[in-house]
Amino acid sequence: MLNSGINVLFEGINMQRLLMGLLVTARVAVFSIIIGCTLGTIIGVIRTSKSKIIKMVFRIYLELFRIIPILVWLFVFYFVLPADFNINLDAEIVSIIVFSLWGAAEMSDIVRGALISLPKHQVESGKAIGLNTIQLYWYILIPQSLKRTLPSAINLATRMIKTTALLVMIGVIEVVKVGQQIIEHANLKNPTASFWVYGFIFFLYFIMCYPLSKLSQRLERKWAS
Amino acid sequence: MSEATPLLQVKKLVKKYNNKTILNGIDLTVDKGKVIVILGPSGCGKSTLLRCLNGLEDIQDGSILFAGQELIDPKVSWQKIRQQIGMVFQSYDLFPNMTVLENVLLGPIKVQKRDRAEALAQARELLQRVDLADRENDYPRQLSGGQKQRIAIVRALCMNPEIMLFDEVTASLDPEMVREVLNVILQLASQGMTMVIVTHEMNFARSVADEIIFLDNGNICEAGHPEDFFNNPQTDRAKQFLNILQF
Ligand SMILES: Nc1ncnc2c1ncn2[C@@H]1O[C@H](COP(=O)(O)OP(=O)(O)OP(=O)(O)O)[C@@H](O)[C@H]1O
Ligand SMILES: [Mg+2]
Repeated sequence: MLNSGINVLFEGINMQRLLMGLLVTARVAVFSIIIGCTLGTIIGVIRTSKSKIIKMVFRIYLELFRIIPILVWLFVFYFVLPADFNINLDAEIVSIIVFSLWGAAEMSDIVRGALISLPKHQVESGKAIGLNTIQLYWYILIPQSLKRTLPSAINLATRMIKTTALLVMIGVIEVVKVGQQIIEHANLKNPTASFWVYGFIFFLYFIMCYPLSKLSQRLERKWAS
Repeated sequence: MSEATPLLQVKKLVKKYNNKTILNGIDLTVDKGKVIVILGPSGCGKSTLLRCLNGLEDIQDGSILFAGQELIDPKVSWQKIRQQIGMVFQSYDLFPNMTVLENVLLGPIKVQKRDRAEALAQARELLQRVDLADRENDYPRQLSGGQKQRIAIVRALCMNPEIMLFDEVTASLDPEMVREVLNVILQLASQGMTMVIVTHEMNFARSVADEIIFLDNGNICEAGHPEDFFNNPQTDRAKQFLNILQF
């Protein structure tokens, strides 16, 4: 019976465990988003440089994260690095590193796009009052482009939150993993446990991502006019 | 600087874009306190010349001397020179992320590292002079084209430049706003500001200029006193140019 199956969520400390799992998910996501966006903004600025080599190096970096699935990156950092280079990292740290690098790569493209779409006259009138390159970026170009990057940056953040579901694969005990454990434990006596547990996880992701995606839509509409 | 040194001296300046010669050996002398107006058909290189004077374009040959100092010398920093050369462009180029006052104070405070109170006092006085004292906390989007252009002039003036360069600053303005901007420039001229002005407003050119430079095909075709130039142009190109303007 479906309606009795919902009890699985409230049995013992199941609810607490799920929320603790959610906390791990949120922790990885929040750190990765903050580090990724900051690093990505800096790289985005560097990528507007005239140097061909600099442009190419960061272009390759971006493409690597686009072509190779994030799951593979997680495996590389979690299984390959310790085996071949004797670097042992906690799975959660590995997750934050991989997600931050991925976020930075995508963010750099967003920031770069916004910077190069600014009118050339902004650069020239900044130079005309004697600003140096750093001042030009700091006072004029970055503030003007940040507004344009916000909708896409929020989209990126929701993608990153959703992709944390992959962390199960390297053994991070996040919300999906906790859910699986609860289901395995309950399955014999409660055949509908998976429905309720995954349904609840669905709901948790929804309340994390929906407000962000709405916000980005609103900003996009507001700034389009 | 000795009496004899011109403020700005351009010698045999050559500017090319991908092997296409835009300016072909321009010689130009601007003495302190003088107003030079550059006229010429569209695409003849007027903007390019002004941009070279401010280091926004690199040059292929010749030299530019500012107060006797060679500007293409790699030891000279354009950042330093630009503080002494004010430039106003055709497009309203205020920084949209800053208020009027922030726009005006950015250069004096961040570039020249002047005392805020002192720069603020000067900014307010200049805003007063262009009749925009009450708009100091507005953002550029709240201003009309003419108002933005007057603020752009104030922003350049607040750096206390030795010379001002104006590139068709009224060209994208509605006719009724042209006047208010030109008045500001006329006022500057009467105060003895050294200026190089590119414009399509012939009456204004006539009244403000100490010397008219007529540019065509990357060369100075004709240079002289405005009355001589408008009443008695010497070259066919200049005659043609003036005729077109008179319908
Ligand atoms: N960045 C550039 N690259 C290549 N060619 C350019 C560039 N900028 C200008 N030119 C060319 O240089 C020539 C002179 O341009 P410039 O803008 O100086 O003309 P202008 O006299 O100011 O014309 P207008 O009266 O229309 O403003 C034009 O033929 C233009 O096509
Ligand atoms: Mg022009």
